[in-house]
Amino acid sequence: MASENSASAYVTHHLTHLQVGEGLWTFNVDTLFFSWLCGLAMMGLFILGARRVQKGVPGKLQNFVESLVEFADNSVKESFHGPREFVGPLALTIFVWVLFWNLLDLIPVDYFPLFADKVLHLHYLRIVPSADPNATFAMSLTVLMLIIIYSIKGKGVGGFGKELLTHPFGSNPVLIPFNLILNAVELLAKPISLALRLFGNLYAAELIFILIAMLPWWVQWLPGGAWALFHILVIPLQAFIFMTLTIVYISLAYEEH
Amino acid sequence: MELSLGTLVGQALTFLIFILVTMKFVWPPLMEAMEDRRKKIADGLAAAEDSQRQLEQAKEEALSIVKEARSEANSIREQAESRASGILDEAKSEAVAERQRQVAAASTEIKLEAERAREALRTQLSGLVLDGAGRLLDKELDSTAHAALIDELVAEL
Repeated sequence: MASENSASAYVTHHLTHLQVGEGLWTFNVDTLFFSWLCGLAMMGLFILGARRVQKGVPGKLQNFVESLVEFADNSVKESFHGPREFVGPLALTIFVWVLFWNLLDLIPVDYFPLFADKVLHLHYLRIVPSADPNATFAMSLTVLMLIIIYSIKGKGVGGFGKELLTHPFGSNPVLIPFNLILNAVELLAKPISLALRLFGNLYAAELIFILIAMLPWWVQWLPGGAWALFHILVIPLQAFIFMTLTIVYISLAYEEH
Repeated sequence: MELSLGTLVGQALTFLIFILVTMKFVWPPLMEAMEDRRKKIADGLAAAEDSQRQLEQAKEEALSIVKEARSEANSIREQAESRASGILDEAKSEAVAERQRQVAAASTEIKLEAERAREALRTQLSGLVLDGAGRLLDKELDSTAHAALIDELVAEL
């Protein structure tokens, strides 16, 4: 990449989504496609593991899926003490799905865009769904919805409303607006921090991979390899953090303070 | 970072679908299988422990039975030994008594025989004396008339 112009064009090209539609109802087709792909891979793995389920000696695939299930179940058990029929699968889905998203970041940054450009004639393509804030926010806003549902489930509509109006400062009528504002901020901060943490980590990682890709080819392996090794740590960690925080938020919502 | 409502909604729906599928078709069978296996393993371990305990108990029982049998055998042997020595003693004492009896009988017989011999000798001697005395007196003494005297003499011998 000789000139500064072409370098910035390269980066911009790699950071532009393949989009369909206009304005608010724009669809990031690449994000949707690759997250569906990850999701279907996940579902395939799960269902293969669950369909050939054996009570006796488990097969290797079943063992693997079982260890994932047990991992999610234990994580839920540690902080959430309500019924786990929904929260368990929720935690499992979040962990594995986000993990698969993040793993796409390890595929060299030029492979898919180049293939899309030359073979499919799609000019833009970004394959890492977790580097798209729309994907991370979709997940975290769903979690917000679940937090509200679990608040109502755990405390009742009245209990939840009362907590919103009176919780941190007390039940003096003068304090109600402050309570409400604080609670709203607290409630909204949860999905925002969830989504931005995941997005920020993966976006930054992707950007660094793109920058490394602009180095001369004979030196790329060194920073690329080092960053990938470090990133192997970040990938499951971010998936784990998203899952754990979701469980914690839901258990905070569900249980009395 | 541009907001794309379509992506947002699409992703959220996808997320929900995946959660529901996991909840319906993946979570329950796997949890059940794991729980079953855990129970089976726990049962197996408990059974193993139980049989171990039973084995221990059986060993102890066997040991006590052997001990009992050994002591019984000992007592039987002791009894037999004592009975044998009793029998031996009895036989010995019987033999001693028999010998004494035989010795006594023999000695009485000897005494009797001696007595008889002496009697015979005495009778012979009295005959001889009478004979001698008759020869000396030159007249035959009537042995019957003097039988009382002769008998007296014989008793004096």
